[in-house]
Amino acid sequence: MAETQTMREWLLAETPTSRRHAKISALYQGWLSFRSNTMAMIGLGILVLLVFIAAAAPLLSPHDPFVQDLGNRLAPLGTDGHIFGTDSLGRDILSRLIYGARITLYIVALVALIAPIAGLLVGTVSGYVGGWTDTVLMRITDIFLAFPRLVLALAFVAALGAGIENAVLAISLTAWPPYARIARAETLTIRSSDFISAIKLQGAGPLRIITKHIWPLCISSLIVRVTLDMAGIILAAAGLGFLGLGAQPPSPEWGAMISEGRRFILDYWWVATMPGLAIFTVSLAFNLLGDGLRDVLDPKAGE
Amino acid sequence: MMSTLLDVQNLWVRFPTRNGVFDAVRGVSFTLGRERLGIVGESGSGKSMTGRAILRLIRSPGIVEADQISLEGQDLMKLSEKDMRAVRGQRISMVMQDPKFSLNPVMTIGDQIIEAYRLHNSASKADAYNKSLEMLEAVSIRDAERVMRAYPHEMSGGMGQRIMIAMMLIPNPEILIADEPTSALDVSVQRQVLDIMDKLVKERGMGLIFISHDLNLVADFCDRVLIMYSGRIVEVCDADKLHEAKHPYTRGLLNSLPRLDAPRERLEVLERDPQWSEAPSVSGSE
Amino acid sequence: MNMLEVAGLNVWFGKNRDRVDAVKGATFDVGQGESFGLVGESGSGKSTILRAITGLAPNWSGTMTLGGKPIGKKRPKEFFKTVQMVFQDPYASLHPRHSVDQVLGETLHLHGFKDIDARVVKLLDDVGLGQKFRFRYPHQLSGGQRQRVAIARALAPEPELLLLDEPTSALDVSVQAEILNLLADLRNDRGLTYLMVSHDLSVVGHMCDRLAVMKDGEIVEILDVVALRAMDATHAYSRQLLEASL
Ligand SMILES: Nc1ncnc2c1ncn2[C@@H]1O[C@H](COP(=O)(O)OP(=O)(O)OP(=O)(O)O)[C@@H](O)[C@H]1O
Ligand SMILES: Nc1ncnc2c1ncn2[C@@H]1O[C@H](COP(=O)(O)OP(=O)(O)OP(=O)(O)O)[C@@H](O)[C@H]1O
Ligand SMILES: [Mg+2]
Ligand SMILES: [Mg+2]
Repeated sequence: MAETQTMREWLLAETPTSRRHAKISALYQGWLSFRSNTMAMIGLGILVLLVFIAAAAPLLSPHDPFVQDLGNRLAPLGTDGHIFGTDSLGRDILSRLIYGARITLYIVALVALIAPIAGLLVGTVSGYVGGWTDTVLMRITDIFLAFPRLVLALAFVAALGAGIENAVLAISLTAWPPYARIARAETLTIRSSDFISAIKLQGAGPLRIITKHIWPLCISSLIVRVTLDMAGIILAAAGLGFLGLGAQPPSPEWGAMISEGRRFILDYWWVATMPGLAIFTVSLAFNLLGDGLRDVLDPKAGE
Repeated sequence: MMSTLLDVQNLWVRFPTRNGVFDAVRGVSFTLGRERLGIVGESGSGKSMTGRAILRLIRSPGIVEADQISLEGQDLMKLSEKDMRAVRGQRISMVMQDPKFSLNPVMTIGDQIIEAYRLHNSASKADAYNKSLEMLEAVSIRDAERVMRAYPHEMSGGMGQRIMIAMMLIPNPEILIADEPTSALDVSVQRQVLDIMDKLVKERGMGLIFISHDLNLVADFCDRVLIMYSGRIVEVCDADKLHEAKHPYTRGLLNSLPRLDAPRERLEVLERDPQWSEAPSVSGSE
Repeated sequence: MNMLEVAGLNVWFGKNRDRVDAVKGATFDVGQGESFGLVGESGSGKSTILRAITGLAPNWSGTMTLGGKPIGKKRPKEFFKTVQMVFQDPYASLHPRHSVDQVLGETLHLHGFKDIDARVVKLLDDVGLGQKFRFRYPHQLSGGQRQRVAIARALAPEPELLLLDEPTSALDVSVQAEILNLLADLRNDRGLTYLMVSHDLSVVGHMCDRLAVMKDGEIVEILDVVALRAMDATHAYSRQLLEASL
């Protein structure tokens, strides 16, 4: 007990003794204020659970998600050995959901990497350099923004061919423009501030200013936006799956599962509802997490 | 006896922190009539927090507590957030300490003033534009037409302050809380800005709370002065008697000013006495 | 020899109808080791002169020389080893996400120093902050403490000329006294040259040897501090300033 007490004191020290100590201490304080937000912790909990489920899918799923059993198709909820029932080909829905978590995570991770980074690059360069560069980059952004997201994604997938990777690419391509806008707006307000002038006076070049001084200030609002958008991205991926343009059967992608279940929605409602609930839960988790992160990261709310 | 506009009794502002509760304002009481009330004190003494608390503008996790904050008999502490919004701006305006943070950095000054004007008056765009120009000229901004088209970062330090003041006067408030409104202004422009406020107090009977760290200015401009130290009022005096103030803290503040007529090698630095923060708050009620 | 000479300096912003001539034909010089004040009306171009010297205001004409060498359109790295600036607003001049250690460390790194740790420690001591503050973030510092960090940052490359833009106008009087004392000590110890902007004549009178009075982009008068104390100003605006300051 005494050991943990001193550890806590060390972490919360008013005057850190070294650079590393200061970093760890700052992280710990951020974690403390995040932890006091119950809803955000629920969101985080669900997502951690999702990662765990995806990692341990082979151990957790009671059946093989691809094995069909036509004799036992459309079994209702609570059937022996199939808690969530089976789908139109007699596959166990629970197992498919568990394996589907992997696909969902894959999509989320890729989009979360590509879209904000592209947006951040375009937005900060455009905002900081200004002039022609700004005009050109922002017109391109506007063109992307002018199309409804799903329509644009559809067009991309149609051009690139159906499949999960192309769906991710298409979604990322349609998701970056809002991030570029946010990053640019932030950059515009930061660019003319005194602390940027001050670092210029130390002889810092544009590359250093953008990466070390502007990015850290944009990233927090981007992270919040991305987590809040994740729900939309999962839905878009599911939408593409639903339209048959994302993950291809027999892959257990949640959107594709809804699409399959749709045909029997009136008589066998659970086939479409279970993956729908899964999408809903994960989207909600991301939203809760995003709200919590906003409280921790947003410098305006802090201070 | 003057009529009382605002009556604040036993005001506390608390910030729960990891190392216990920090009291930024500790049991402050005062009243405001149709007068110019100055609040002075060193940095961190709770001047801004007192001003913000009156408008219930303390950001969470800060907490405001008070026996009462009554605006002409109506207790602001009991109002809902919605009613409070009507009070802010309409009846009590506040000029914030940091003008550049209070202005929207990506909107032109003109658009911001016009928007504020039309929020409070039903006027056509053209009328609002002309009125805004007038406002800027009133706070002695020279090329007002250019300033209307400019963005906040293109303003000098003092111009930003004057723009904020112009905006806060638009709704014609009963009480104006001005937080360091002239700290970046030279004496001549400062005079003009003070004259505007003075006129509002004299002619329209506005109540003014003037927060400042400039003791000479407050002694000159205000009617009464509250001197704050670590969240409490340590002394209340008539402004013209400020230079005869008795509290060692007030004396220390006065002595640390550089003076043109009495040059010195080194300026005196305030020596703080822990007892000052223990003494009970003096009431600033009339 | 003069540290800084400015002759016929014009600075403007924007173009066409939005053009502002912020500084018009400013001429003055600052001697080695001197402390020179710039006072004047709000918006008269005081900050702009400092920004033009450091290259933060790109549109200018006229001549400026530093230690006898003309200042060109582009400032080489060595320039910033000689000239540093402290900004008007201590609340805006520190990066909100960088700790004091990061601010000073990066500055030292950019100027090519090797013994960064030791220098950060020394700088903090020099401005009277001490090690306690090394890992704090700006929002954990008061206005006066922030201004000390800004001064430490400006001292890091060991400059000869320090441009001070209203170093105390955002601070209360007791902190102002501390900062002014600190600046006076630093000048004594290191033989620094100051070019200091202020709108407060008594501050300039306390700190400076000579001063220029500005109005509407022009320097209307250059006085020394003896004349200032004797209220010996000729131009109407300077007289007005003086009278209002008593
Ligand atoms: N969010 C917060 N959490 C904890 N303490 C806070 C917070 N905000 C302000 N304070 C503290 O409240 C005290 C009063 O602050 P306030 O802004 O009223 O000072 P002030 O008198 O206006 O000073 P200045 O002249 O520098 O503006 C300060 O000590 C400050 O550190
Ligand atoms: N980036 C900019 N773009 C356009 N105009 C500018 C810019 N910076 C300054 N100006 C203009 O230049 C003029 C002089 O500004 P400056 O900041 O030098 O004034 P100052 O003398 O420092 O005033 P203060 O005492 O109020 O700080 C002002 O009219 C201002 O609007
Ligand atoms: Mg304040
Ligand atoms: Mg200025």
